[in-house]
Amino acid sequence: MFSPTALELEALYLSLKVALWSVLITLPLGLLFAWILARKDFYGHALLNGIIHLPLVLPPVVVGFFLLSLLGRQGPVGAFLHDAFGLTVAFTWQGAAIASSIMSFPLMVRAIRLSIENVDSGLEAAARTLGASPFRVFYSITLPLISPGILAGIILAFARSLGEFGATITFVSNIPGETRTLPLAIFSLVQTPSGDAGALRLVVFSIILALAALLIAEYLAARAKRRIEG
Amino acid sequence: MLEVSFNHNFEEFRVELDFQAEAGSITSLFGRSGTGKTSVINMIAGLTKPEIGYVKVGGEVLFDSTKGINAPPEKRRLGYIFQDSRLFPHLSVRNNLLFGAKNLARNGQEITFDRVVDVLDIGGLLERKPANLSGGEKQRVAIGRALLSQPRLLMMDEPLASIDVQLRSEILPFIEDLRDTFGLTVIYVSHAIEEVIRLADKLVLLSNGIKAAEGNVEEIMSRLDLHPLTGRFDAGAVLTTKVASYDLEFDLTELAFIGGHLRVTGVDLPIGTALRAHIRARDVSLMLKRPEGTSILNVFEGTIIEVGDEGGPQLDLKIDIGSPLLARVTRKSFKDLNLAVGKTVFAMIKAVAFDRRSLGGQIVTKRPDSI
Repeated sequence: MFSPTALELEALYLSLKVALWSVLITLPLGLLFAWILARKDFYGHALLNGIIHLPLVLPPVVVGFFLLSLLGRQGPVGAFLHDAFGLTVAFTWQGAAIASSIMSFPLMVRAIRLSIENVDSGLEAAARTLGASPFRVFYSITLPLISPGILAGIILAFARSLGEFGATITFVSNIPGETRTLPLAIFSLVQTPSGDAGALRLVVFSIILALAALLIAEYLAARAKRRIEG
Repeated sequence: MLEVSFNHNFEEFRVELDFQAEAGSITSLFGRSGTGKTSVINMIAGLTKPEIGYVKVGGEVLFDSTKGINAPPEKRRLGYIFQDSRLFPHLSVRNNLLFGAKNLARNGQEITFDRVVDVLDIGGLLERKPANLSGGEKQRVAIGRALLSQPRLLMMDEPLASIDVQLRSEILPFIEDLRDTFGLTVIYVSHAIEEVIRLADKLVLLSNGIKAAEGNVEEIMSRLDLHPLTGRFDAGAVLTTKVASYDLEFDLTELAFIGGHLRVTGVDLPIGTALRAHIRARDVSLMLKRPEGTSILNVFEGTIIEVGDEGGPQLDLKIDIGSPLLARVTRKSFKDLNLAVGKTVFAMIKAVAFDRRSLGGQIVTKRPDSI
């Protein structure tokens, strides 16, 4: 009853891989867009903000369909990637990571943007008067001060990626060993007449995974806060 | 030497001024809150770009709107001490101090880490985080941090404003020491006239972003027409004095100034020390004849040279006793005594009217009118 099958372990491993890659993709981009939204004032600011937040309000299936039309073998970007570099993302785990990235991107941007807005820009001005270039100000003042926000963004994005279902199944389907992540595996098992035990095991995995992520996040956030506030 | 000229329109007000600050002296930008003092030093520091103007330090052009020169703040090497300290919260005091630290020899006046820590007395705080410091300690660390970046001059934006009144006396001597120990040029922004009288060699008076007057403290404070800007309540002459003698029996100090001797209490400085005495107009009373049998120790004979009448129940008079002295009288007394320009009067000042606040710190810079 408690020993998972190879297929279930595979789903767990795949979920972790997809979520990890999703965070790796969203972190640098999220940092960049959070900084732009928090600090820059330009024409189209509200529009950019809206586009970034779309995945949060759209049905995930819509995002998946959009990705399929764009990045599928027949889609304009997908066809180009295939012809020019021989790359295929549709129906692969890389595609699942892209779908997760897009779905979790708004959460990453929001968390980091909030923390950037909370940084006293006076501290950055002070650093400039002390001879620090804008680049040095960013990595020695801004970055350490927003580290709790970055951490929160990572955890939120990671958790969102672990739970991603609609966009993934629409874009990359439900292929065992390739795109069948935890939620998809649970869904498949529930659809199978004798799958309840397996589904239950995966549900337990999911809970443990989510809880562990939250606890680690709490611990790291408390440590970061101590480091900043002394 | 610092030379600036600015013309800039902000949303609420306009800044229009030019002034110079001599090397090795303290120049104070003085004005009420919201008169654009901070905007002015932000423009000097390069944090705000003025529409028109220039900033030159020691002949080097840091900003010039006509030539399109605008050095970024990190290239200007101007130390800036903010009202709110702005210590980096995630760094220890030591790492805050070292953030902008450079090693530069400046003809024997080297600003080294150990020396700064020693002068500012912050050796015991080095491993602490800013969150665990008092307001006064924070400001001392902020001063040290700016000093260690080897600035060409130091700008202080109301450094005492966010500090308890009791703690202010903890910082003032350090600021005096900066000029004297490190030979630094200091731009001191303040809206507290007592701080300015104590510290400043030169005063630039701002009114709604526009320069109203510029000159040495004694000269500006004795101008009756500037009282609305320098503050009516504390209005009074500032005399440059020197400790002449000390009466051990009565704990009285005699301060010599052009025009006589002033006897005050509570001065504990060696003979020969130059210091400023702020004699508030409201502490000066007038008599037509030399008073006899009075407890007042300071009586000066002088001639009324100016009457400042702003229409209220009180008038401010400027009396020449060798140096200008200001006296505030009621309109009734003014009429009853038939006071007018040219009349000879005796001005009386209680020795106990002086406290440490009204007596400036040691003045070390050479001034042409010093005695």
